Amino acid sequence: MTSFAGRLKCGLMTSVLWGFSHPAAAVVLDLREGVTDMSRRIQELHHLSLWICVVMGVVVFGAMFYSMFAHRRSRHPQPANFHESTLVEVVWTVIPVLILVFMAIPATTALMDIEDNSDADLTVLITASQWKWHYQYLEADIGFYSNLTTPDEQINNLAPKGEHYLLEADNPLVLPTHKKVRFLVTSNDVIHSWWVPDFAVKQDAIPGFINEAWTRVNEPGLYRGQCTELCGKDHAYMPVVVHVIPEAEFNQWIDDQRLARELASGEAVADRAKTWSIAELMTIGEQVFLGHCATCHEPTGLGQGSTYPALAGGVIPTGPLTAHIDRVMNGKADTEMQAWAPQLSDRELAAVITYERNAWGNATADVIQPRAIYAAR
Amino acid sequence: MVAHAEDVVPPRPALLAFAARWLLTTNHKEIGTLYLWLSFTLFFIAGAMAMVIRLELFQPGIQFAQPLFYNQMLTMHGLLMVFGVVMPGFVGLANWQIPLMIGAPDMALPRLNNFSFWILPFAFTLLISSLFMEGGAPNFGWTFYAPLSTTYGPPSTDFFILGVHMMGISSVLGAINIIVTIFNLRAPGMTLMQMPLFVWTWLITAFLLIMVMPVLAGVVTMMLTDRHFGTSFFSAAGGGDPVMFQHIFWFFGHPEVYILILPGFGIASQIIPTFARKKLFGYNSMVYATVAIAVLSFVVWGHHMFTTGMPLFGELFFMYATMLIAVPTGVKVFNWVATMWRGSMTFETPMLFAIGFVILFTIGGFSGLMLALVPADFQYHDTFFVVAHFHYVLYPGAIFGTMAAVYYWLPKWTGHMYDERLGKLHFWVAVVAVNLTFFPMHFSGLAGMPRRVVDYSLQFADFNMVSSIGAGLLGLTQVLFLYIVIKTIRGGPKASARVWDGAEGLEWTVPSPAPLHTFETPPQFPPVMDRDVDEGTPIRNE
Ligand code: HEC
Ligand SMILES: [Cu+2]
Repeated sequence: MTSFAGRLKCGLMTSVLWGFSHPAAAVVLDLREGVTDMSRRIQELHHLSLWICVVMGVVVFGAMFYSMFAHRRSRHPQPANFHESTLVEVVWTVIPVLILVFMAIPATTALMDIEDNSDADLTVLITASQWKWHYQYLEADIGFYSNLTTPDEQINNLAPKGEHYLLEADNPLVLPTHKKVRFLVTSNDVIHSWWVPDFAVKQDAIPGFINEAWTRVNEPGLYRGQCTELCGKDHAYMPVVVHVIPEAEFNQWIDDQRLARELASGEAVADRAKTWSIAELMTIGEQVFLGHCATCHEPTGLGQGSTYPALAGGVIPTGPLTAHIDRVMNGKADTEMQAWAPQLSDRELAAVITYERNAWGNATADVIQPRAIYAAR
Repeated sequence: MVAHAEDVVPPRPALLAFAARWLLTTNHKEIGTLYLWLSFTLFFIAGAMAMVIRLELFQPGIQFAQPLFYNQMLTMHGLLMVFGVVMPGFVGLANWQIPLMIGAPDMALPRLNNFSFWILPFAFTLLISSLFMEGGAPNFGWTFYAPLSTTYGPPSTDFFILGVHMMGISSVLGAINIIVTIFNLRAPGMTLMQMPLFVWTWLITAFLLIMVMPVLAGVVTMMLTDRHFGTSFFSAAGGGDPVMFQHIFWFFGHPEVYILILPGFGIASQIIPTFARKKLFGYNSMVYATVAIAVLSFVVWGHHMFTTGMPLFGELFFMYATMLIAVPTGVKVFNWVATMWRGSMTFETPMLFAIGFVILFTIGGFSGLMLALVPADFQYHDTFFVVAHFHYVLYPGAIFGTMAAVYYWLPKWTGHMYDERLGKLHFWVAVVAVNLTFFPMHFSGLAGMPRRVVDYSLQFADFNMVSSIGAGLLGLTQVLFLYIVIKTIRGGPKASARVWDGAEGLEWTVPSPAPLHTFETPPQFPPVMDRDVDEGTPIRNE
């Protein structure tokens, strides 16, 4: 643990090195226009309400400042005596009501369209968990996880930050242009919220309940957003990345995904047939651990206090093997230790468990083969 | 304030006497002082946490606070500011001023008053001590949404629950005391519609407190049983619903935000007429508007929850109800402007803070109106735009309101005038710092920065840097404020009874400093105002 002063110095130094090196983007003060009809309507609504507020502000503050200038004691030593006027009071009650009605109309019509989830061309089930998204294409029966890819070195100021710092993911959600896509949003653990500012879609992911939203994107591109509901430690590290491509390309992509799934299952068969050496498993295991587990258990395996247990010398990682396999594959209910069986392949699971049982002085010498994981599924 | 120890206790060892005096006091002025110092102390602690937050957000990347610790800081900052700073601060002002303003000898229930206060130091010690527990302090935000706070909450969550219960008991008892005092101890002849507005707004606030603090107590109790006694109120796996937590929480939470602002409205309504030297415009409509706001505050809680999957009908209802609140709030602002209109204004520090309050609070009100529009809320919700919104209503609202009140009544409490030059300096630096801190948050929110994040992407860097610089400056102004207050307590030009030449009301008929016991015989109402006021604010003709 470095001293506070040390950290301050370090922070300031890295700031000089990397902090200011980001490309000088034009300063944007407005709500984003986005790329859907709805996001544009919402931007217009934003402009409408903003300008109404600005005008009211100019009137009210203008009167105030004029009064402060003209009715200060040095200019206006004798205060007036009035202190009520029914007419004035009625007027400034009725006018705001009219303005509010004027604002409520476009808001209501937009809202009715937002809540119309019917006639979708495509449905994607979005399942949040700490701190990643899972996307399932219900019609095509394809699913995958989407994780942050920003390296730790960038987060800890040891490397320059990339252009899409914190807004980059390994597997973006892929959508076709011009199609009405319906999202079903839910969560496996705590509440998260799925947001893509450019689509103006924000929907809470609530464990045990399924929410609906929809979008129709007209322009192909990569769109980035984030989880917007505090969901624990790595709430800031839960990007939403959506890749929108023309329909033909999208269909091709779906076919590719199917093919990849078959290849993967072929690979899995090969993985099971092979007997892996401890060295091979340790190498893969370390990668898996750093990619998926280290955020809680720390790269050193020492954990973080009582919140995230140490695996170095830990009870389960040095105890009976079946318990260890069970804990990693099925997690522990109602804790942040989630089930990894749906997320990782047999090979990855075998490797990470082997790694945990032999790294950081855990000298069990156990080697877990992918076929053992397959059997435990 | 200092010279009355002999009234209370016979000679004893000095320390013991001191402790006994403050522990056992049932005097509304002393209890008011205790509340105000507690609030001020916690203001520094919660403010230091804000400094940690802003230091971390100064730049992208992790520099000073690891994510888990950062989440504890933002949670404790919110909880302490709401429950430990603003609420006790307002209760302190109520204790000092309500009896003085209605001509009562003390609060109606003095022992209860003592008890209400002395719960609080224990509640907050408990809450703050959770920072040093295994697993750390609560880290789920001041709104403590389930299941992050139930199934996934750290062990210290139970201490937090107990702390909330204690604060709730204190608030309810305090509110009962205020209501009983106002209803029973007004000077003969003072009808309800003649009460000063600060008293009115506090009366309404006290009713809000009695109605919603039990709801808060209910929701934390449900959390406790979910955590330890096998219930599933907030867990779908057992047939409950996490969104129900939010409904109950915000049924408390929305009236709560008016609890945090109504006394501020009252303060502005006292100060502006004094320094405009003109009666408050539209007294009746001010009272009715406050009642209307309080009533409406019970039917708008859903506007915090538009993205939780609420049905269309619910969204429309809460949108319209929320927009409606703009009407009585607007009436208040217009009344303040009309009070200033053709007055004869001077701009001493309390007036500056009151005007700052009106303008900046109104800006927060505007962004609130924008947030009410559901489609737009889908974009604003849970971003820094919301953070900007509620800091605009709370800092220049609740905090400026309290500071205005302190400058306004400090001469009455201490018998000394504060240093006007330093007071003005405080105001101007604070206004610059508040806007520097919170205005850029509108932009980072609109650009897409979620709230409660420990780290952010590069496009938000400039706004955050400006906010952090502003926050540092804002932190420094608190030190200046502390210095001014202490300097005034220790000495300064002698304050007259009326203090301000435009001041009206019973509190200005008692000497400055107000003796420990006032109005032992009921005063005459309406009072005859003393014309002997301080130098620099010459007497005007009535
Ligand atoms: C989100 C944070 C988090 C992540 C990511 C995480 N874990 Fe855990 N893990 C926990 C928590 C919390 C516990 C303790 C659960 C309990 O017993 O209450 C735990 C417990 C464990 C245990 C049992 C330790 C013991 O001795 O009790 C093992 C083994 C384990 N994790 C392995 C892994 C592996 C392997 C990965 C990556 C594939 C991983 N964890 C990723 C939070 C996490
Ligand atoms: Cu999340």
